[in-house]
Amino acid sequence: MISKEQVEHIAKLARLQLTENEIEKMQKDMSAILDYFDLLKKAPKPEVKQKVFFSNGHLRKDEVISSHDITDELIAAAPDKKDDYIKVKAIF
Amino acid sequence: MDLLNLTIAQAHDGLKKRTFSSVELTRAYLEQIKKTDKDINAFLSVAEDSAVAGAEFADEKIASGNFSELTGIPCAIKDAILVEGQKCTAASKILENYTAPYDATVIKKLKERGSVILGKTNTDEFTMGASTENSAFDVVKNPHDKTRVAGGSSGGSAAAVVALEACFALGSDTGGSIRLPASFCGVAGLNPTYGSVSRYGLIAHASSLDQIGPMAKNVEDIKIVFKTISGKDQKDATSSGYNFEDSEAGLKGLKIGMPEEYFTEGLDKEVEKIIKNAIKKAEQSGAEIKEISLPNTKYSIACYYIIVPSEASSNLARFDGIKYGLSDQSPKNLLDVYLRSRGQGFGQEPKRRIMVGTHSLSSGYYDAYYKKAQEVRQLIRQDFIKAFEKVDLIFCPVAPFPAFKIGEKVEDPLSMYLVDVYTAGVKLAGLPALSLPAGKTNGLPVGLQIIGNHFEENKILAVAEEMENVL
Repeated sequence: MISKEQVEHIAKLARLQLTENEIEKMQKDMSAILDYFDLLKKAPKPEVKQKVFFSNGHLRKDEVISSHDITDELIAAAPDKKDDYIKVKAIF
Repeated sequence: MDLLNLTIAQAHDGLKKRTFSSVELTRAYLEQIKKTDKDINAFLSVAEDSAVAGAEFADEKIASGNFSELTGIPCAIKDAILVEGQKCTAASKILENYTAPYDATVIKKLKERGSVILGKTNTDEFTMGASTENSAFDVVKNPHDKTRVAGGSSGGSAAAVVALEACFALGSDTGGSIRLPASFCGVAGLNPTYGSVSRYGLIAHASSLDQIGPMAKNVEDIKIVFKTISGKDQKDATSSGYNFEDSEAGLKGLKIGMPEEYFTEGLDKEVEKIIKNAIKKAEQSGAEIKEISLPNTKYSIACYYIIVPSEASSNLARFDGIKYGLSDQSPKNLLDVYLRSRGQGFGQEPKRRIMVGTHSLSSGYYDAYYKKAQEVRQLIRQDFIKAFEKVDLIFCPVAPFPAFKIGEKVEDPLSMYLVDVYTAGVKLAGLPALSLPAGKTNGLPVGLQIIGNHFEENKILAVAEEMENVL
């Protein structure tokens, strides 16, 4: 069983606030899920090593392609802003 | 005239002959939504005014003679796909008040053809689920039995089509999210090859698997919509230069594979009977049935539920309470804005996936989980590649059972994950697959899954159309 401290540590890494009840349920759910993942230990190694998965590896030049201008709508969606800037709280 | 039962092709014919107008057709669907949807919850929002305006515009196009098969045809869009100016919530509290600033590429294509968008359909939160019970707003009820789930995550889209609340719908499939609800509700649903449809404007769940696809009354309609929405998009680097061409494939002489691992314990006896009967019908029509093996099937759920939460935990990092969406502005420092906004905004399943994904990607666990899952993904892909050296298509069930009761699995996440046992492998391999209604058990629909090789949607659809006639 995954410990309460482990759940709290992962939640902190994930920037996720969990209530006491959620932590308890998460301990139970994650333990069951992670135990199930043990099945993969029995899986063989693949014969060839594949690095890229995409069925289509087409890349394009790193050039800006002009798109519809939605700057105003994007800024309007921010919860806190001043003029054309998105405001954030103090880091400390 | 019964407008609601018309397929896209039939409705197009009526519009062309001016038997009825798109406004009349659209109003009939809006009326039906008002009448029936309070008991089904297929829609999260209905855009009545813009739908009628769209229909008026379509009628003008039809009058001018410049129109396509989709002009004036009313559809429903999964609420994880952006439609400019309309709310897009992904059925999450964190996006409850979010308005889409632009159209997804698939929406742009539908609008260019003059399709009418009726509204946005319910889904599991961020498309994470197999029953639509994880929606932060309402549970979609199966129109065949309202005590049962519609399947998920595109449960709203499937229910809307079967309840005659839309002529067709768009869904999205990451691990079975088009095929499962199509099977549970008794509609046709296509999960396209990874890369054949642009993902631009689809709210990301797991980017190496997500695909948008059509859900409709029959295979002909699926083909009409798929032809319209597929193809290369410069805004999605993983989209492919793909042009749909009709296939001449037919049941006669077709080699159909039956994966032995998909017909083992856990498969409901009645479902097995319906699927085997469908396969027998294919054989009677001249197909050759071959037993095949996909030996790594047993690892597909574990593999899928490592890769998907890993990608999801990264994709959901953008919901930080700063740029858009729910934000708790009460704390004094930035970190607490992140913690509280995310804590309040996400429901239980996204939280679980963020946690499992963060754990799988974290230092010390990465090799055992994420890296191992990527290797197993390769094995599963190889299984299918080898199978398609011997057969043209694979026939199997979509799900081990028909629609289950609301509340039956929602408290046990692992049992919900196992619903994807026949659908997740296809996604790990990037393959196309269709759910085709194949019969009913105790009044509940059962879908036949037809899996094809990469970019062979045309073969799937040609054979599925023939199957429709023999089933």
